[in-house]
Amino acid sequence: MALKHVNAVVVGSGAGGGIVAKELAEAGLSVVLLERGKWFTSADDRKDDLRNQRTSVLGPSFGPDERNPRVYADSSGGEHVVPSNHWAYSNNAACVGGGTLSYGAMAWRFMEQDFRLRSTYGAVEGSTLEDWPISYQDLEPFYEKAEWEIGVSGDDSANVFRAPRRRPLPMPPLSPNRSFQILKPAAERLGLHPFHIPMLRNSVPYNGRGACIRCRWCVGYACEVSAKCGTQNTVIPRAIETGNCELRAECIAKEVITNERGRVTGVAYFDAEGRLQEQTADLVVVSCSAVESPRLLLNSKSRMFPNGLGNRYDWVGRNLQGHSYTGASGLFEQEIYDDLGPGASIAICDFNHGNPGFVAGGLLANEFLRSPYQVASAAAEVGIPRWGAAHKDFMRHYFKRNMTVMGPMQEMPVFESRVQVDPKVKDAWGIPVARISGRHHPNDLLGAEFMAGKAEAWLKEAGASKTFRLHWTFLDIPSGGQHQAGTCRMGNDPKISVVDKYCRVHDMDNLYVIDGSVHVNNGGFNPVLTIMAIAYHASDNLVKTWKGAHGRG
Amino acid sequence: MSDQIIPPDQDPGASWAGVVNFIDRQLCGPYKNLRATYRRGLAGVDQSSRGLYGKLFADLGTEQQVTVLRQMEEGKAPGAIWKHASSSEFFGYVVDHTMQGYYGDPRHGGNREGVSWKMLGLPYPPIRGRQQNAPKKPNA
Repeated sequence: MALKHVNAVVVGSGAGGGIVAKELAEAGLSVVLLERGKWFTSADDRKDDLRNQRTSVLGPSFGPDERNPRVYADSSGGEHVVPSNHWAYSNNAACVGGGTLSYGAMAWRFMEQDFRLRSTYGAVEGSTLEDWPISYQDLEPFYEKAEWEIGVSGDDSANVFRAPRRRPLPMPPLSPNRSFQILKPAAERLGLHPFHIPMLRNSVPYNGRGACIRCRWCVGYACEVSAKCGTQNTVIPRAIETGNCELRAECIAKEVITNERGRVTGVAYFDAEGRLQEQTADLVVVSCSAVESPRLLLNSKSRMFPNGLGNRYDWVGRNLQGHSYTGASGLFEQEIYDDLGPGASIAICDFNHGNPGFVAGGLLANEFLRSPYQVASAAAEVGIPRWGAAHKDFMRHYFKRNMTVMGPMQEMPVFESRVQVDPKVKDAWGIPVARISGRHHPNDLLGAEFMAGKAEAWLKEAGASKTFRLHWTFLDIPSGGQHQAGTCRMGNDPKISVVDKYCRVHDMDNLYVIDGSVHVNNGGFNPVLTIMAIAYHASDNLVKTWKGAHGRG
Repeated sequence: MSDQIIPPDQDPGASWAGVVNFIDRQLCGPYKNLRATYRRGLAGVDQSSRGLYGKLFADLGTEQQVTVLRQMEEGKAPGAIWKHASSSEFFGYVVDHTMQGYYGDPRHGGNREGVSWKMLGLPYPPIRGRQQNAPKKPNA
């Protein structure tokens, strides 16, 4: 039996898709929200330090499972079929809410320069760096909407580098933990400008949910008391309450269907029972994140679109990037660990821009609480033998006496870092899987080294007896993972971008990509609030230009 | 072997904590594709021990065991098996899995009685949420 025609199908219920579904449903459009994962609640999360979205050595807790492999092509031409807990898989999550169910929830606005890096720094050799077609000012009202509708706590008033905001954050910061109290005066002595990190987390009761209980099961886990604000406990329930939005979980999108006139007519997907369904719609929004969105577009081939949708100029899947994380760890003689979640609390934006010798930069912040296994496996990073009596002594003495300061370094987009569909490997539904390949730009290494030095200096000033720079950037592999972005870039010129400034795929009337894929560059910040702001911005335009199903035929 | 990676001292070592049980269980689950690696690797450990000291690994003293493991870690351990398999890669797996079994959640078969968390001074059992405000026992 054919499914009832709707106005819009949104594929993917993460930071982008959840917001689009709610905005369209509130405007009166009928919406089907497809999600490949399940709808989890905190009761489904066993708070397992070996099986979660941050430490997934025994598997991820919120998907995807072994039915969804990917192919990683290394720089020497070797191809590896990898499961979702392999580092090269670039996993985020597969569940209602996407990454926002289990994220650390830092809620950063990009800075004004982040939207015009090319004009700020000039062209960068070997990079596809461009300005965005939208400015910070265009997004500002939508950042604000995200902060108030999803819910952000924190206080960035001491951040002299922040872009102007009209309204303060809706909730105050959580009370400072011990590392905040140690790092703040140290930063001030160094002439830096520390402040409370904005977080998508209730510090006080807000939006009908309670406040954070400061437990240690935060980043990587579903919040025990639903104080962490994702799309699964904010906009998605509201979308469903309108009566206009139907959420279909465990549905695997196969392809976006087009007709002989090149117009999108719906989405073919496998439902929870594995049956192939076709949901017709007036418009389709792809919000599957920066690996799966290009995969879906590239898998949507037809006579009119032999290379996939939006891919006339071979830009779909290009410029894959996440963040080069960089920083330093310090060992202290006093106790730092106070078991007060989430842990990350203080940040500086002194080094996001205007650094000597390289383009851009990034924020620095203290790290989330680390589990014993996380500290144990990071011992080599702080010069401790990996095993034996010395390792055990280190754990006993320093588990509560170490601190890490780190941050996401803004990467230079590289054309060769890309997502393709693999010609041979298919998932359990017979759909060609994503194939990831690429490398870093040398600028990322320069910046990472610089930032690591700044983190080290901060820790030393805070009283660390020993400090160690941390290096996680390798030139011959691309980043991605939970901060994945860039693969369906927005731009004014269809020859060098995939979507326009309202996230509509160039040359397509009724197909949109709304998620981190559209980022031109990924900021020196965790990208989720920007994804949310872009989703509100694009939805606003979609609703304003919506003429009804018949007006668009 | 795991007892050299996390040796017993004033706190129990890896084998008391159930690390071997943890690894066995994972080899029947998430690590099932490492079974052959383990079978080959454990045979390789004994080959190296025989090559260096003429005894099985289990019959060696602590210093000799550590020497065998060091040589494996550096990829220099003797033994025919290591001509086809990397001793340092295998040892890397055992180190990582031992850390998981000792410091990870007891539900997976290791960290018996939460022994490592007690050692580190982390509240146990980890009731979801914060325990710092629980009243302390008088005269503890």
